[in-house]
Amino acid sequence: MSIVDEKAKEVDAADSPAESHCATSVDDGNGIAGLTILFFIVGFTASLFVGWIVFPKLLYSEKQQPIDFNHAMHMELVDNGCESCHFFRTDGTYSGVPKLAQCIDCHQEVQGDSEHEAVFVEEYVSKGREVPWLIYSRQPDCVFFSHAAHVQLAKMDCVTCHGHIGESTSLKPYEYNRITGYSRDIWGKELKNYLGLKTNTYDRMKMNDCAYCHLEETGRKSSVSTEKDGCFVCHK
Amino acid sequence: MTQEHRKEKKYGMVIDLDKCTGCGACMVACMAENNVPFKKDETDKLKSITWIRVYKLTNGKPYPNEEICYLPRPCMHCEGHNGHSPCVTVCPAIATDYDRETGIVSQIPTRCFGCRYCMGACPYHARYFNWWDPVWPEGMEKSLSPNVSVRMRGVVEKCTFCFHRYQLASEKAALDGRRELKEEEYQTSCTQACPAGAITFGDLLNKEHAVYHLKKDHRAFRLLERLGTNPKVYYLSSREWVRRSGDNYHPDEKTGEIISHH
Ligand code: HEC
Ligand code: HEC
Ligand code: HEC
Ligand code: HEC
Ligand code: HEC
Repeated sequence: MSIVDEKAKEVDAADSPAESHCATSVDDGNGIAGLTILFFIVGFTASLFVGWIVFPKLLYSEKQQPIDFNHAMHMELVDNGCESCHFFRTDGTYSGVPKLAQCIDCHQEVQGDSEHEAVFVEEYVSKGREVPWLIYSRQPDCVFFSHAAHVQLAKMDCVTCHGHIGESTSLKPYEYNRITGYSRDIWGKELKNYLGLKTNTYDRMKMNDCAYCHLEETGRKSSVSTEKDGCFVCHK
Repeated sequence: MTQEHRKEKKYGMVIDLDKCTGCGACMVACMAENNVPFKKDETDKLKSITWIRVYKLTNGKPYPNEEICYLPRPCMHCEGHNGHSPCVTVCPAIATDYDRETGIVSQIPTRCFGCRYCMGACPYHARYFNWWDPVWPEGMEKSLSPNVSVRMRGVVEKCTFCFHRYQLASEKAALDGRRELKEEEYQTSCTQACPAGAITFGDLLNKEHAVYHLKKDHRAFRLLERLGTNPKVYYLSSREWVRRSGDNYHPDEKTGEIISHH
């Protein structure tokens, strides 16, 4: 704030009182223009700061997963890779986050000495309760997504859309929008994501991220209104 | 990489009015399939939501010459001229759109802000407005279909030709590495519910689908063809007065002699 005041004084001092009555004075015009631009820049920066840094901090809240899960370690224990836990059902739908049934064979009894495992066995396995996993990639209810189309037909790998969760040793905190309740992974976490930029394909999974890849990969322009994919490709 | 395009399709329906008994099973099946909301008091039909609705037509003659015909009316999925159907053209929000790949007119209620221009533009009254948030009888939330997103107050909805069934069938086909569906893999809920087998559904462009041949039947007509809406729902009737009530005929015009511009 003090910077603003100092600058403002400097500009004031440069203006002589006599000149300031004369509207046509070139110098004076510049002074006021300079001031206007200065205030504009200060205000603009401040609103960007609020909009991009403060507001997202207020907008998003954080939750921890009910228990931690170690993907890397489990990948060494299972026989069938990711499909041991994330598989296609025979009707083409995706099983998604595993149910207790995928864990129970190994976790009837506590296997190691991790605290998380103890909680897992005590609270969930022995009581027969499903773990209420929080799903980072969960889309709004009106969105239809098909793993079969991407994984089976387009042969895409999980990392393209989910990042390196499959190789991780612990689960990251789950962040969600306080107003809509949607996961933050949809909109992205970094400043540049709001600006429409991203480094990795999985930084963000908004409507346009889906639509641009579709346009690039399938070249379909079946929608009369948008010349992209029709709305019903991804909505239900 | 640009993959091969899918074959262009025009999903459509042929409804045989000679077979329809007006039982309303299609309406019930549709409501259950698509999470269509209802109210305690449905006496005011102007405020009821019925994606497919059975109308009763009469020939206007007094007893004993009176004749009745029941006519189920889903969304016609008008193609108009190159996909410019009446509702799509007027929507200021692109909440409704025409898909050239399937020929289906989509409706995305989350996008809709409820101006209802589309309802005004639709000559078939196939679009409905949600005046209230849906209130389900206790316990019924659990039986709602997860495949069709539930709508809220203030948005328009309509028949989608059970598009979610196309999505699910495509997903299943993708497991076998297929992109094209067989006729029986994608059928609407009303088609399957009709006990008289009056409704036939399929791709109007595909010679292997029943609708391709049925639409050429000499009994076939469409509703309000003169408007150029180019609907994808055909009706069959052997009764001339029924075919004639499908459009506004001038007394000296012959039935079925409508010049379609498209
Ligand atoms: C032993 C079972 C198991 C195996 C094997 C496994 N996962 Fe998981 N995975 C889980 C569990 C449990 C979660 C739930 C945590 C959560 O909600 O994120 C999960 C979550 C995920 C998620 C996050 C989904 C989301 O959006 O919240 C991704 C992505 C994922 N797994 C990918 C993989 C990949 C890739 C592999 C193979 C390299 C793999 N998983 C192998 C059990 C497993
Ligand atoms: C192939 C057998 C196997 C399966 C299947 C399996 N686990 Fe494990 N899991 C283990 C073993 C063994 C350990 C103990 C490793 C140690 O602590 O040395 C373990 C450890 C854990 C831990 C504690 C590890 C940590 O990060 O602190 C948790 C939590 C856990 N498992 C959850 C699950 C869940 C949830 C599932 C089902 C989605 C599952 N496991 C499926 C074998 C399995
Ligand atoms: C084209 C991008 C894409 C690819 C590739 C992809 N996913 Fe997903 N995944 C998604 C989206 C989007 C969702 C959220 C779906 C929803 O909410 O309807 C999701 C959801 C999930 C979930 C949680 C689903 C749930 O509701 O329980 C898991 C687990 C998961 N994916 C694992 C995987 C694994 C394992 C792979 C690799 C075999 C994979 N995904 C490949 C985009 C992708
Ligand atoms: C990185 C690229 C990519 C991203 C990101 C992506 N998709 Fe796709 N998607 C594809 C490709 C390629 C296909 C075509 C698959 C095929 O037929 O070979 C496809 C197909 C589909 C299909 C099936 C279409 C059909 O006609 O049956 C659906 C549904 C879909 N995507 C939804 C989504 C949604 C929703 C998202 C965003 C959450 C998304 N996709 C993100 C590449 C992508
Ligand atoms: C390629 C896939 C894809 C296509 C095609 C697509 N959408 Fe979306 N749409 C999404 C995804 C994914 C989201 C959720 C993420 C987001 O909010 O960006 C979404 C979100 C939305 C939302 C906000 C929903 C909410 O609850 O937050 C609206 C409204 C919407 N889409 C309308 C449309 C309309 C209208 C069309 C056609 C013109 C369309 N979409 C086409 C993928 C798609």
